[in-house]
Amino acid sequence: MNTLHIFTLLPLIVLAITPVIIMLVVAFYRNHRLTVALTLIGTASAFVTLLIVEPLAPLRITTLLVIDHYALFYMGLLFVASFIVALLSQVYLTGRDVNQEEYYILLLLSTLGAAVLATSNHFVSFFLGLEILSVSLYSLIAYLRTSRGIEAGIKYLILAAASAAFLLFGMALVYAELGTMEFPQIASKIASLNTPAILTLVGLAMIITGIGFKLAVVPFHMWTPDIYEGAPAPVTAFVATVSKGAVFVLLLRYFTQQGISTYSSLYLIFILIAIASMFVGNILALFQNNVKRILAYSSIAHLGYLLVAFLASSAMAVVAVSYYLVAYFVTTLGAFSIITVLSGKEKDTDNLSDYQGLAWRRPWLALVFTVMLFSLAGIPLTAGFIGKFYIILVGAKSALWVLVLLMVLASSIGLYYYLRIIVAMYSRPEREAPAISLPLTLSGSLILAVLTLLLLWLGVYPGPLLEVIQKTVVRLI
Amino acid sequence: MILASIIIIFLVGGLLSWFLNRWNTIWPRWISLIALTINLLLLMLIWIKYFISIDFSHHGSWIVELDVEWIPQLGINFHLAIDGLSFLLVLLTTFLGIMAVIASWTEIRERVGFFHFNVMWVLAGIAGVFMSLDMFLFYFFWEMMLVPMYFIIALWGHENRTYAAVKFFLFTQLSGLLMLVSILGLYFIHGHNTGTYTFDYMQLLGTPLTASTAMLLMLGFFIAFAVKLPIVPLHTWLPDAHTEAPTGGSVILAGLLLKTGAYGLIRFAVPLFQGVVFDLAPFAMTLAVIGILYGAVLAFAQKDLKRLVAYTSISHMGFVLLGVFAWNELALQGAVLQIICHGISTGALFILVGALQERTHTRDMKRMGGLWSTAPRMGGVGLFFALASIGLPGIGNFVAEILVLIGSYRVSVPLTVVAATGLIASTIYSLYLVQGTFHGPNIENWKIPDFTNREMVMMLAMILVLLWLGLYPQPVLFTTRHSLDNLNRIVTKNRLTVQQEEFKGALLVVAKPVKEENTQPLKYTGDRR
Repeated sequence: MNTLHIFTLLPLIVLAITPVIIMLVVAFYRNHRLTVALTLIGTASAFVTLLIVEPLAPLRITTLLVIDHYALFYMGLLFVASFIVALLSQVYLTGRDVNQEEYYILLLLSTLGAAVLATSNHFVSFFLGLEILSVSLYSLIAYLRTSRGIEAGIKYLILAAASAAFLLFGMALVYAELGTMEFPQIASKIASLNTPAILTLVGLAMIITGIGFKLAVVPFHMWTPDIYEGAPAPVTAFVATVSKGAVFVLLLRYFTQQGISTYSSLYLIFILIAIASMFVGNILALFQNNVKRILAYSSIAHLGYLLVAFLASSAMAVVAVSYYLVAYFVTTLGAFSIITVLSGKEKDTDNLSDYQGLAWRRPWLALVFTVMLFSLAGIPLTAGFIGKFYIILVGAKSALWVLVLLMVLASSIGLYYYLRIIVAMYSRPEREAPAISLPLTLSGSLILAVLTLLLLWLGVYPGPLLEVIQKTVVRLI
Repeated sequence: MILASIIIIFLVGGLLSWFLNRWNTIWPRWISLIALTINLLLLMLIWIKYFISIDFSHHGSWIVELDVEWIPQLGINFHLAIDGLSFLLVLLTTFLGIMAVIASWTEIRERVGFFHFNVMWVLAGIAGVFMSLDMFLFYFFWEMMLVPMYFIIALWGHENRTYAAVKFFLFTQLSGLLMLVSILGLYFIHGHNTGTYTFDYMQLLGTPLTASTAMLLMLGFFIAFAVKLPIVPLHTWLPDAHTEAPTGGSVILAGLLLKTGAYGLIRFAVPLFQGVVFDLAPFAMTLAVIGILYGAVLAFAQKDLKRLVAYTSISHMGFVLLGVFAWNELALQGAVLQIICHGISTGALFILVGALQERTHTRDMKRMGGLWSTAPRMGGVGLFFALASIGLPGIGNFVAEILVLIGSYRVSVPLTVVAATGLIASTIYSLYLVQGTFHGPNIENWKIPDFTNREMVMMLAMILVLLWLGLYPQPVLFTTRHSLDNLNRIVTKNRLTVQQEEFKGALLVVAKPVKEENTQPLKYTGDRR
């Protein structure tokens, strides 16, 4: 480890220093706006450092971390997402009767954990990153100390701890059998064995359990709706994007090195998980009356779609996954931004009846939400359309016809509940409008405008982003 | 560039309508009308330039073409082109678009700007479908027209609008995704064979496929088009959607959206899979005949005027399906003419019914009757379009249906005979419609205002077009002939002309494809402009 290595770690270092600075500042001077500004500056400068260290990539830093283009791309995505979540949180927390400042420290720490996951190349860094991410999330979820929030936080704590135990045990088993914790070496050792030892398989299965919990894929999805519903809207956005995204990035990195299809039993498990996630997510979403819960189930289904591309396991599939993740990030952030800006002091505006007639009261917000929902449903002119198209494309390329057809079927079911929300928004309000009609703050409307334009741009002209993805992501070490 | 500008004018017109609604609700109507008129003029310009004044010696297949890179990573181009067939359909789109806007002039009073935005965007999607030659672009437009249509039904529709809108959306979306899977299958097989991955229609045309793969891929297309057309077991969304939509929406649905299915069959399903598609012909033609009779019988059973007209659409579209699968020059000409005439006559009927509903606030035929004396203009116009629906000689629909029947006679006598009885059935329901609405006792003592001048102008325009097509259809036949010839040449390479005598007594006679050494399809050559 020399100076160059430390310099290359600059994005992580910046991200680690920012919360320390905020902590010190808060000790002397509490100010919400100042804290937000520092958070934004921190994430933005972390993003800038990505561009600075880009020429040095790819570089291995000890055996734990690797800064390659893949990691840089995804760190960029995670930082942008955190930036937006921080802005949203400012809108959400303003005027609330809580200590607002510590929230951002936790948020930055979570982002740091996610970034570590994106660069991780070793079980140790994997576990450390995951824990940094999760531990901050427990408190973020319960931050408002409402009864629902605390329930969600504790639920998340217990389940995450259990899954972490699984993960650790799985890692131990793999280490006991193979004698290494580095991803590339694990991959090569497994490849050299014709029939992998049973312990390795059990270990990997346990690791998948741990990862599956974080991704909220069926059958590890039980926590999702409750946490989505109970957590403050910006935190839900964070869980849905940064937390899930970072873990998926790690999964993709690991199995791109190992080659998922070399393993028939694991492959089968993933196929079953993908199918179950698509159908369970979409079907259960039909029965919900809470928008946050609907989005929770929808995200389960979306992870299922992502797994389809992941199973296609080709260079093209990595591009497809990356594009889809970007589209999913933009869309999910957009949807939760709407919920955030609509939410009043007492509770989040998440009941479907709250959205009844929204288009008559708040036409612009309704329009933006419509665009977001269409993107989730994969309708043309939105990023979600190209994303879904790309996944079907790589699925077809790898001749996963059954999976592709099931995905088509599942996503048609999914359309129905997106349409339900849209119909509710555009139908005449049944009762008098609920009194919440907060004026849009400048940052709130800015976020919505930027996300909407981004979504449309990605949906109409995806060429530039695809080029960036092809240049960076495919170059895994 | 002229093709892109047609779509852009639609899109921009829609946006302007929406944003200028703030100032006055009359703005969106005029802006839409102006945008549509500009497009109509542009199309007329193309017609004059390429079809009428220029000699027909050029054998190029595309009159105007635009081909620019869009997503090069995947071999996707923004490739628009028109030949005679596409041209006429885009012209129809613009014409009926104008009618839909005028018909909504007084009916739509809420959120006028957003309504016109949706109308213009659905028209843009439809025009895009008729012009795109890149399979991805085609799918893009195919999906794009759904959303505005969904909004039109769900927001401005009648009593049961949400149900109808969702049903419409789910049916078309699911079938569209199946088509997408087929498109991708074709894309990869072609890419695998040749090394160039492209969605370009012209390049995909020659893809050699094994019979079973071709059948599967073709079914994906066929189902998508069958839902739109609609073909009988997949038609259930149609009566609901047509009935619940506002007048303008019904005009676009019946006049244009259904036609995208027919166009898809002619342009894509048959030429791309010419090897196997005619194995399906006995089945498809039987379904067509079933559709003709089923639609007619159900139309007769309706009390709801709009529902009645909706079922007649199913019946009339059966002729189109029959013509397409008979696949000879006469039948195809008939099918194309039927597409145009049915678009206009059904559009007019929906406008008429819409006008009646606006005045009486009911669509129930049992409550109407004797309206002729209070609204003679409506009665006369209604009678004319009912006669058009029957297929009275002198009106375009007659020419179309006769051509289809003559064409399909050469392929299958029994089916043609049964299909011809559909004409009788159409007489029954059409006269029933006129009798029930305009004649008989005026039980509820309706006193309704007659058609205004605005409505009369609109109706007269449609009547004139239908009469023109009935008395002198030559310009239309002439315009489409070249493109149909081209399509025919691609397809009949592998197909013998039918010798009907040899197959006497068979229920249905369809030529078997003849394997030729040279399976290369005909390459379009000629000047690209």
